[in-house]
Amino acid sequence: MRRARTRTLLAAAALLAGLLGGGGSAAGAGGTRGEALVHAAAAAPQSAPEAENCDTGTSLPPAQRDGARIQEIRKRGYLIVGVDQSAYNWGYRDSQTGRIEGFDIDLARAVARSVLGDPDKVRLKTIATADRVELLRAQPRTIDLIARAMTVTCDRLEQISFSSPYFKVSQRVVAPKAAHARSVAEALGGKRVCAALNSSSHSELKRDPHGAASVVTPDNQLDCLVLMELGEADATLSDSSLAAAMVAQDQTMELAGESFLPTYMGVGISKDDTDLIAWVNQVLVDWRNNGGWQASYDRWLRPVMGDPGPYRPW
Amino acid sequence: MAAQTQGGVRAPSPTRAPEPGPGGPVQPVQPVPGGRLSGPLARLRSAARTPPGRLRTALAVLVALALLFGVTAAWQSAERAAAARQLASRSEPLSQDAAEIYRSLADADATAAAGFLMASAEPPEVRKRYQDDLATAARLIPQAAARSGASADAQRQLAALGEQLPRYAGLVETARAINREGLPLGGAYLRYASNYLQTSLLPTAERIADGEAAALDEDHDAAAAVPWAALVLGVLLLGALGRYQVVLFRRTNRVFNPGLLTASAAVLAALAWTAVGTVAAGTGLHEARTRGIDPLRELNRVRVEALQAHTAENLDLVSRGATEAFEDRWDALARTLTASARDTGSVAGLLADPPERARQQLTEARRWFDEWQRRHAEAARLDAEGRYEEALGKTLAPGRDDTAEAAFNAAGQQWEQAGRAEQAAFEAAAGGIDGTLAVQAAATALLAALAVGGTVRGLGRRLAEYR
Repeated sequence: MRRARTRTLLAAAALLAGLLGGGGSAAGAGGTRGEALVHAAAAAPQSAPEAENCDTGTSLPPAQRDGARIQEIRKRGYLIVGVDQSAYNWGYRDSQTGRIEGFDIDLARAVARSVLGDPDKVRLKTIATADRVELLRAQPRTIDLIARAMTVTCDRLEQISFSSPYFKVSQRVVAPKAAHARSVAEALGGKRVCAALNSSSHSELKRDPHGAASVVTPDNQLDCLVLMELGEADATLSDSSLAAAMVAQDQTMELAGESFLPTYMGVGISKDDTDLIAWVNQVLVDWRNNGGWQASYDRWLRPVMGDPGPYRPW
Repeated sequence: MAAQTQGGVRAPSPTRAPEPGPGGPVQPVQPVPGGRLSGPLARLRSAARTPPGRLRTALAVLVALALLFGVTAAWQSAERAAAARQLASRSEPLSQDAAEIYRSLADADATAAAGFLMASAEPPEVRKRYQDDLATAARLIPQAAARSGASADAQRQLAALGEQLPRYAGLVETARAINREGLPLGGAYLRYASNYLQTSLLPTAERIADGEAAALDEDHDAAAAVPWAALVLGVLLLGALGRYQVVLFRRTNRVFNPGLLTASAAVLAALAWTAVGTVAAGTGLHEARTRGIDPLRELNRVRVEALQAHTAENLDLVSRGATEAFEDRWDALARTLTASARDTGSVAGLLADPPERARQQLTEARRWFDEWQRRHAEAARLDAEGRYEEALGKTLAPGRDDTAEAAFNAAGQQWEQAGRAEQAAFEAAAGGIDGTLAVQAAATALLAALAVGGTVRGLGRRLAEYR
């Protein structure tokens, strides 16, 4: 019963967030790496993702029951999680320690602790953006779940399942501060725009180029930052999570203009693994309630993204 | 001496029709009706029909032919000597330099990626190797440009390479600096730098190397060319000398004309020298090609492919999750390298018919190459299981010799030694050919001069009898 109530609460919170959502644009031009984002994010529209024709905000009810997948993980002795190693502060390899760390990695470890009693009983497997959905559908399966800044879309929901949302993101433009762009239209209009190949930003640019003079699509959004630094692109469109990671690595860049197209981030799981989906949802409830989400946010994201309000999916 | 007057007795009349007889080659070709010709031409014709006239004509023809033979034979030999000298002293070293520029750049790419993966643990020798690679390229580019004779196109390519090199170096240093801050952006920079090298510098360096290889082939073919003109002229001259000696014998009943005999012997010697020299030079040049030039070319190709595969192997670990491009690139290169001996660019192909001097190194390199592939497969298996740190440790780790990188380096060292052995084989085979051909040029010239002298002396005696 507790779980059902939690779920209702979650949905209500999401609804409330949506109702409270308001517009605002002017992005701040802060002096440190984080500040620009703080203001920009705080001013972003707060509407809940009103996804295309499906419900991207709900998942199975949280539950901890031993299904086939949970048993297999326990038998194996470790959890296999598909992660990124180049998304700064989300899932990235620290070149000094050699460890993959970040917000998504904390989540992966929280799941491992819950299922196996040890946050280190996890194998982090770096996977490419383009392979994410396929890896959850392939037989035999080589990963249990994906914690890799993955947004919930209707297309993806047709092929795989997601946990409840654990983060709220939207589309953001990254541009040099020197461009002084005050809106998305200004930041992209007539510009050479970059977006990671087959990302949701790429799809958006295909749907509406926002006046871009040209669009370049390298494999990874970080390649876009390189292209901007070398003067081969003028602006980048990206999920706000990764946009924040870009701004965190180059102080001369900022989030320009308003955010749009809000979406949820969820843990990707195979449709077959209903036991794991429910289990992860329970982990997320606990992670939120025991302050784990907040602690990880404070550690990895607050320095860059500021107040977590706009990003909480509940 | 009755025979001495024979020529006079047989003085022809201008109107007489030609008759079969010992007059042979110097007889008038056609009857000329009286009165149809007049003036200097007619006088010349009638003069040529007198016995001394016929002798003078024969002398002129034989001397001209001998001079032509001598000049042609000496010139052709000298040309080939120059080509052989060019081959051994310029085009082959330059071709090797161009290949070395190409290889250095590919090596820099692989080494930069290795150093990047080791980050703060990067051993000084890895850094040094990268810097040496850049220094080698930076030294060889202006050297190649400075030599006269580089075509306008080659100059353009070298200038382009000279401009691209510092930009590449700048990108790599940016990647290193960002990596040392612990930011993933460094990996993206390194990918960009590597892509820039692979799509701009390497194709330019490859075009330069191809141009040098073509120049080398040209020199090789010029040095190995069969001097047909000299051989044909020599045979013609020998035939003419023999024929005229028969004519003289019939007219004078003297068995030998010492002058003409000397001339014939000289021409025969020159011909033999040219023929034997051509065969000898051809054998040497064939050896130089099959034991030096061709194996070196194939070896350079395999070494660069292996370096590119090594780069892909390292960059794949740098870019895990960002792009799968390097895994695909590794697969493609590994397929070429591990193909059967019949396929170009395969490691097995290097051992299909290796130069004896390099066989041992190539065999050893093959062993290390296979070991490298095995270790890579092991690292890839670990990586596929999500054991990234172990995969990284299996691929490269400072100071360890059980890594894929260590096996690759061992193969690389063996290939380098094989390259030196093949270079030595080339030098042994090609060295001295130019000298042989230069001596041949001088000898044929001298022998042709002897033939001219003999002819003049031999026919001069006969002419003197008319005075």
